[in-house]
Amino acid sequence: MDAYTILQQAISGVATGGIYASVALAVVMIYRAIDHFNFAQGEMAMFSTYIAWSLMHAGLPYWWAFILTLAISFLGGVLIERVIFRPIHDAPVLSHVVVFIGLLAIFNSAAGFIWDYTIKPFPSPFASGGLFGSTLISLHKAGMIAVTLVVLGLVYAFFRFTEVGLAMRAAAQNPESARLVGVRVEWMTALGWGMAAAIGAVAGMMIAHDVYLEPNMMIGVLLYGFAGAIVGGVDSPGGAVFGGFLVGIIENLVGLVPFVGSELKLTVALVLIVGVLMVRPSGIFGTRVVRRV
Amino acid sequence: MTVGAGPQAVIPPKPVRPPSGLAVAGISLRAWRRFWLVLGIVVALTLPLFAGSFTTFQLTQAAIYAIAILGLNLLTGFNGQFSLGHSAFYAIGAYTAAIMMDQWEIAYYWTLPAAGLICLVVGFLFGLPALRLEGLYLALATFALAVATPQILKFSPLEEWTGGVQGIFILKPDAPPGLPLDQDQWLYYFTLAVTAVLFVCARSLVRSRTGRAIMAIRDNPIAARSMGINTALYKSLTFGVSALYPGVAGALGAIVVQFVAPDSFTFLLAVTFLVGLVIGGVGSIPGSLAGGLFVLFLPNLAEQISKGLAWGVYGVILILLIYVMPSGTAGLVRLVTIRLAKPSG
Repeated sequence: MDAYTILQQAISGVATGGIYASVALAVVMIYRAIDHFNFAQGEMAMFSTYIAWSLMHAGLPYWWAFILTLAISFLGGVLIERVIFRPIHDAPVLSHVVVFIGLLAIFNSAAGFIWDYTIKPFPSPFASGGLFGSTLISLHKAGMIAVTLVVLGLVYAFFRFTEVGLAMRAAAQNPESARLVGVRVEWMTALGWGMAAAIGAVAGMMIAHDVYLEPNMMIGVLLYGFAGAIVGGVDSPGGAVFGGFLVGIIENLVGLVPFVGSELKLTVALVLIVGVLMVRPSGIFGTRVVRRV
Repeated sequence: MTVGAGPQAVIPPKPVRPPSGLAVAGISLRAWRRFWLVLGIVVALTLPLFAGSFTTFQLTQAAIYAIAILGLNLLTGFNGQFSLGHSAFYAIGAYTAAIMMDQWEIAYYWTLPAAGLICLVVGFLFGLPALRLEGLYLALATFALAVATPQILKFSPLEEWTGGVQGIFILKPDAPPGLPLDQDQWLYYFTLAVTAVLFVCARSLVRSRTGRAIMAIRDNPIAARSMGINTALYKSLTFGVSALYPGVAGALGAIVVQFVAPDSFTFLLAVTFLVGLVIGGVGSIPGSLAGGLFVLFLPNLAEQISKGLAWGVYGVILILLIYVMPSGTAGLVRLVTIRLAKPSG
């Protein structure tokens, strides 16, 4: 095995890592807004991608369909929070998890019912071919990483510099105190859902070109996205993106090790992740939680 | 650093028992509980005499799920730890039984203690490093276990034992000679007996000194430690015991289905256990039984309502169930009892 192979695999890992990073980012967004992991995140993104596909088939150009899908997903996310989660927000956490699983089943089944289970190609907004004519990384993957980083920048700026962003952080961290100073906590949560749905839609539309559009396209990706989010630290958007890239690179490099091969690739990648957690139980960039006795 | 509930928030709330000294329709709650218990036992014993062999097979499956869900319940409901990986222990139990019966031709009933013991050890060893992790992070570690299991079972150097992707076929045991039962009926009663023993054991464990220590760790780990409870030991032990249950369930499952293959033990199975746990009632031992029945019959019901949208219907039913009973069947029963009960005498 020469250095070039390792480099190529590492860069290809960065490219797949870009997919995981965008999903991890969406996962962390919703975690910050509602304090839960959304198991239906992947299926929501898949559904958004189907909406984009329908819009494009109706004749809209890519970027118009893209923006319209973001708007629809945002409204959909807000609606799900208001209609489904508002009435049960006092229920135990595990009951929420079951509702997430229910949502997952509904979206998956509905997408198969409306658009059927055949695999559909999804266009890329970027030109085909390699970046700067090289064979290491395609233009689409480079574009995808760029889009992920732009979204990360926007999210960071939103939370850091806007008043609504500050209110959202307050509502998630300490709902009672936030309410006392006049933050409308309920709407902040709904806003978080909307944003997470929109970010998920971006991820879905970027990934669909590589994995093709079908109702189960997100399941594998979501698993890695979760892993990335947790390794990076569940409450840190930057950490999630880093974690996503890390998982992608580890997954690709582990495949090179003799004996492991592609058969145990996933297993070894997960063992490494758990290993990271043993050393840093709150993820690499996560906030350590100190409990009051 | 922030001060807050953090990942600990995964811990379910403490179940509330209706106060004693209350009565419904003039009969004390204690008598009611006995009445339902006896009725349940009578129904369970006589059902296969009327039901067809497929229904009997399904009921056997439901009992097997109930055992696995009870194991998860001991961990989550009573110790406050979270697992998405109990499908792995179910798989270990199933493969232990299949390999013992297929390779060494050992009688089926010996496979249950072996499967349980192996899972106890594996669970304890997995619980040791998992001690450092809480809430979501523990969920990820156990989740990794669930995802990795089918891959390890397919791993080619192990194929001689596991049969690789093809899996292992085993023979269905006959009823002992002299009993007027067919194979399905016999396995039903066999499973029922194992289920009963395991449920009684769980109940005794929870009510013992050890059980109180386990629950103290759930309610307040720091207070528990300062009272002299060895939290690390008890948490790992609980993990081991909670792995024993799905291990035995897996062995039973392999015997009843007569077949094991890696793809029967995916992450979806762990999700099934979790759904059963929540719908049945977190922290309730009889609730696990309800959970087992739910996860077996709910998908069938959904399919009867709509074939094309079966999973969609399943999802809608799940969400509606959570609306009606946010703390599961056990919570609903508790609520109804408290509504109906009046002080006696």
